[in-house]
Amino acid sequence: MDTIIQGKAYVLGKNIDTDQIIPAEHLVYSLSDPEEVKLYGKYALSGVPPEQGGLPQGNIPFVTEGTFHSDYTIIVAGPNFGCGSSREHAPFALQVAGAKAIVAESYARIFYRNCVDGGFVIPYETSVPLTGVIKTGDELKIDIEANTVTNLETNITFTLNPLGDVFSIVRAGGIFAYARQENLMAQS
Amino acid sequence: MAQTITQKILSRAANRKFVDTGENVWLNVDILLTHDVCGPPTFDIFKQEFGPDAKVWDPEKVVVLPDHYIFTANEHAHRNIDLLRQFASEQSLPNYYDVGTDRYKGVCHVALAEEGFNIPGTVLFGTDSHTCTSGAFGMFGSGIGNTDAAFILGTGKLWEKVPESMKFIFEGDMPEYLCAKDLILQILGDIGTDGATYRAMEFDGEAVYSLPVDERMTLCNMAIEAGGMNGIIAADAVTEAYVKAHSSKPYEIFQSDPDADYHSVYRYNVRELEPVVAKPHSPDNRATVRSMQGTKITKSYIGSCTGGKLTDFMLAAKILKGKQVTVPTNIVPATVLVARALECETWEGVTLKKIFEDAGCSIALPSCAACLGGPADTVGRSADQDVVVSTTNRNFPGRMGSKKAEVYLASPLTAAASAVTGKLTDPREFL
Repeated sequence: MDTIIQGKAYVLGKNIDTDQIIPAEHLVYSLSDPEEVKLYGKYALSGVPPEQGGLPQGNIPFVTEGTFHSDYTIIVAGPNFGCGSSREHAPFALQVAGAKAIVAESYARIFYRNCVDGGFVIPYETSVPLTGVIKTGDELKIDIEANTVTNLETNITFTLNPLGDVFSIVRAGGIFAYARQENLMAQS
Repeated sequence: MAQTITQKILSRAANRKFVDTGENVWLNVDILLTHDVCGPPTFDIFKQEFGPDAKVWDPEKVVVLPDHYIFTANEHAHRNIDLLRQFASEQSLPNYYDVGTDRYKGVCHVALAEEGFNIPGTVLFGTDSHTCTSGAFGMFGSGIGNTDAAFILGTGKLWEKVPESMKFIFEGDMPEYLCAKDLILQILGDIGTDGATYRAMEFDGEAVYSLPVDERMTLCNMAIEAGGMNGIIAADAVTEAYVKAHSSKPYEIFQSDPDADYHSVYRYNVRELEPVVAKPHSPDNRATVRSMQGTKITKSYIGSCTGGKLTDFMLAAKILKGKQVTVPTNIVPATVLVARALECETWEGVTLKKIFEDAGCSIALPSCAACLGGPADTVGRSADQDVVVSTTNRNFPGRMGSKKAEVYLASPLTAAASAVTGKLTDPREFL
């Protein structure tokens, strides 16, 4: 796995629920057919009210209309990211759109598990709110070994909360890879 | 060591005498639930990880209840049902409830109870966040994603962090104008949509134990709206009577130890509470109905796993009998059994179905329907700038369809009273 994640930030507010991440009407597409999978990228974060997408300015779509891929790699958000339904389509859609990590103040449990166990995006927590000091479009660099995120526009580095026990699952690439590595599936 | 009911159930599932909060433990799963939205991708992952010819760990323990996108012309939705059917056949799953047959049940959380899968003391995981509903039966129920569900399908196990518990005690005699929905919206307003993240929410007190099973399910159902891992009510004689009537499986009743540790304890006297709504766009945006009295609505919606059970319709019928609704009002029974019950259960000598029809409501076929918007042709889906009063569980932007719509979450009494006046209305005006 890469130890550096670098790319543009996309900033959102608090309580970004799974209906905003991928609206329920889109949950019908296949998650394995390559052509249909692209639609999850197209509609990622399409449920966010326009003025609340791409803060602080707002009205910046995560995925440009008519495309399937986002220009943004790292999502920065407030508390309770991913609240709501259990749909794994949510972190999947973010990954398909090109997101690699989220830096939020906290997460809802099922979304967090889905990110980690499915190996879609890395859900970092920050104890310090970053939504006021990072702007949509800022170039960010996450150092996975050092647990930091640096805003390359301002050269300010913030410490992220350690992933703890979950880091070994993230590093393996998901719960199946981890379970094989640890021989957990053989025991069952 | 003292333990909460949730710790005791997880201890049993981990083959341990004691599990501590914060500990990650491997649990043996009693039932895995899935439906038409998350079943197909779960089965895909299962085949990919365990092999195309792999067999599920225990076919008796896998329950597949299609319920989300059932009565729609959407081809992708139909394909998902086909995929469920195919997997159920390949794996010879006895507990698959196929659409378009007399085995079809309706909304999974309510059907699980009706079909006898809710057994006190057991562990249920489901690919739906409202799996916590089953906690009303003194069991552990929690939502998971497709990958975790696929892991269970192959192994029968899953890791979970043992949660701390929060206790919510409701004292006093339940007044006739309050419903379980008012109690849970009260809690949500107090603790917020992340107030219970990663924790168990345990409900207790004489008012809770005076509630029928349907209402207890409403309380536990919305634990997830506070971020809770599970909601739970210890089983009592009411639970036992229900379980015995629906299942012959053995069960074990667990209670929290009197000296168990809690993250926090909240006490309420139900006599001091009043009917409340959650205003747009969050389930914790609480206000008394009284303070919102007169807010114009364009639709009333009574349905879903939260508010489409027989008790919800009995409550709504109390208000709607002999009245006319003044806005389009959808009655969406959660399950086929609830729909049938509307035809025979009566209020003051009239069947609920007749009461609703005479009042001008439209009765839909049982499914999740517009609770989560769904495909464009879904019954009751919000359009444009609809203002909906709804007995469902979520009012996030766009949740019921239109991103411009506003949804007020309310009890079935409040939704019925508001349907009559066309404005948010405190049910006490009609009782």
